[in-house]
Amino acid sequence: MAIKKTTRTIEEINKKIRSGKAVVVRADEMTEIVKQRGAGAAAAEIDVVTTGTFSPMCSSGAFINFGHTKPALRASKVWFNNVPAYGGIAAVDAYIGATEVAEDDPLNGVYPGQFKYGGGHVIHDLIAGKKVTLRATSYGTDCYPRKEYEKKITLSELPYATMLNPRNAYQNYNCAINLTAKTIYTYMGVLKPKAGNANYATAGCVSPLFNDPYYLTLGMGTRIFLGGAQGYIIGPGTQHNPNAERAKNGTPLSGAGTLMVMGDMKQMDPKWIAGVSMLGYGCSINIGLGVPIPILNEDMARFTGVADEDIFTRVVDYGNDYPNGESKPLAMVSYAQLKSGMIKFDGRDIPTVPLSSYVRAVEVAEILKTWIKKGGFLLTEPQVMLPTAKKS
Amino acid sequence: MYSKMLSLRFPVQVVNEPIVVNLVKDYDLSFNILKATVYPRQEGLMVLELSGHKSNYLKGIKYLKGLGIDVKNIGNDIKRDDAKCFQCGACTAVCPTGALYIKRPEMEVIFDNSKCSACELCVAACPAKAMEVNFDRILLE
Ligand code: SF4
Ligand code: SF4
Repeated sequence: MAIKKTTRTIEEINKKIRSGKAVVVRADEMTEIVKQRGAGAAAAEIDVVTTGTFSPMCSSGAFINFGHTKPALRASKVWFNNVPAYGGIAAVDAYIGATEVAEDDPLNGVYPGQFKYGGGHVIHDLIAGKKVTLRATSYGTDCYPRKEYEKKITLSELPYATMLNPRNAYQNYNCAINLTAKTIYTYMGVLKPKAGNANYATAGCVSPLFNDPYYLTLGMGTRIFLGGAQGYIIGPGTQHNPNAERAKNGTPLSGAGTLMVMGDMKQMDPKWIAGVSMLGYGCSINIGLGVPIPILNEDMARFTGVADEDIFTRVVDYGNDYPNGESKPLAMVSYAQLKSGMIKFDGRDIPTVPLSSYVRAVEVAEILKTWIKKGGFLLTEPQVMLPTAKKS
Repeated sequence: MYSKMLSLRFPVQVVNEPIVVNLVKDYDLSFNILKATVYPRQEGLMVLELSGHKSNYLKGIKYLKGLGIDVKNIGNDIKRDDAKCFQCGACTAVCPTGALYIKRPEMEVIFDNSKCSACELCVAACPAKAMEVNFDRILLE
């Protein structure tokens, strides 16, 4: 596929955004437009396509600086609401990870564990303006003599709180089933025995990286919707793997691309950052994330026009194969099949269960669309592109 | 056909009444008992689905209430906190009655409390902890 002549630049799009004239549509709307009028006509008309997702994203957390105390403290161990944070950085800095569980949690001691409160909940509570108990201990030094500190804090009192998520917005994800004879409790939800249900975790055609499968318009510095505020892509996420096998339309058939993102927690909205408890598995966090895709040329119109029936994922057994580190694909299914409520597997109809909220994903894309249309959100030129694969 | 999921709490003196038999015989209703327990001090609790013609159903309920039985719609005992529910759909994996289901193509997750049997499976399975039990847990355990 030859790269078509660029029809517009990000700078030109921003000019239109500033004058309130940019034509912006959601990715699900773009799918219909391209279906009906073709990619050429869509490219001529549309400036930006907005995407969205609202899903559990375990690899998330926040850097928090809680300010110096009197007398001074060099915190070596830190807890927020009894959830341990990483204190092995500067004196009053800490990193709270989304999947860290409160210290007194029975875990899977009472199986399946409930994992009622963890790092994701702490981050949500802070953003919701709730008081959170900070506790820190130290061994004491000449310059930082204090050995213990405890205080109720709120986000607005903190000198600094930045969400920094090492891996978000997985491009694609497995569809999980369980071929054993007993119910299992996984990060992919509850899986009933003998393939009783098939769980999947992306929003399909509206999900960010399905709309720019080769990462041609995004990279370090791309401004995005993160947790209800403006945030940024700062690089490829952990496990970013552009070389995964892809369909003809460029969408990968398994995990592939991921994003590392950051944003100012003080600007965020608790609706878009929620602590979650995965029965029998652990704590995590749901993140609302949306990426604007500039329609620079006809190729980008075609990519953003992708439909659920053209995006595929692998069905993987989480009963035996996945725990043994052998997640071989048992079947390929499209997101159109997954969203229909049933997939065919082994000649049987299996009910499908989404873990990622499609309703909320579309809502993220809609909010981002409104921001751009109203001129309050300008696109940024990525400074370093993400590692990508050759287009086939 | 009218059908409701009910919790009945009966006082000591009616525990030995054959109420379910009477509902079938005198009111032409059908039932499906989901939970039934009699407690040490002899008060009882039963969770059942009661179905039949609406007029018969209403007469049956009147009969139960006349015996001093506390009749409650189960739907009122399991609630979804819509501020917490983020519309994912994970709960539909475990809901045995179809009270939690997905409306397509919108992909909206609906909670139809008239179909809820108060099995509580969704309470633990919901990652947002949005499903709440207002049931008198002590009576149930
Ligand atoms: S699992 Fe919980 S949050 Fe998700 S749709 Fe069901 S009730 Fe709502
Ligand atoms: S308690 Fe929850 S899982 Fe059980 S029937 Fe009611 S809605 Fe469904």
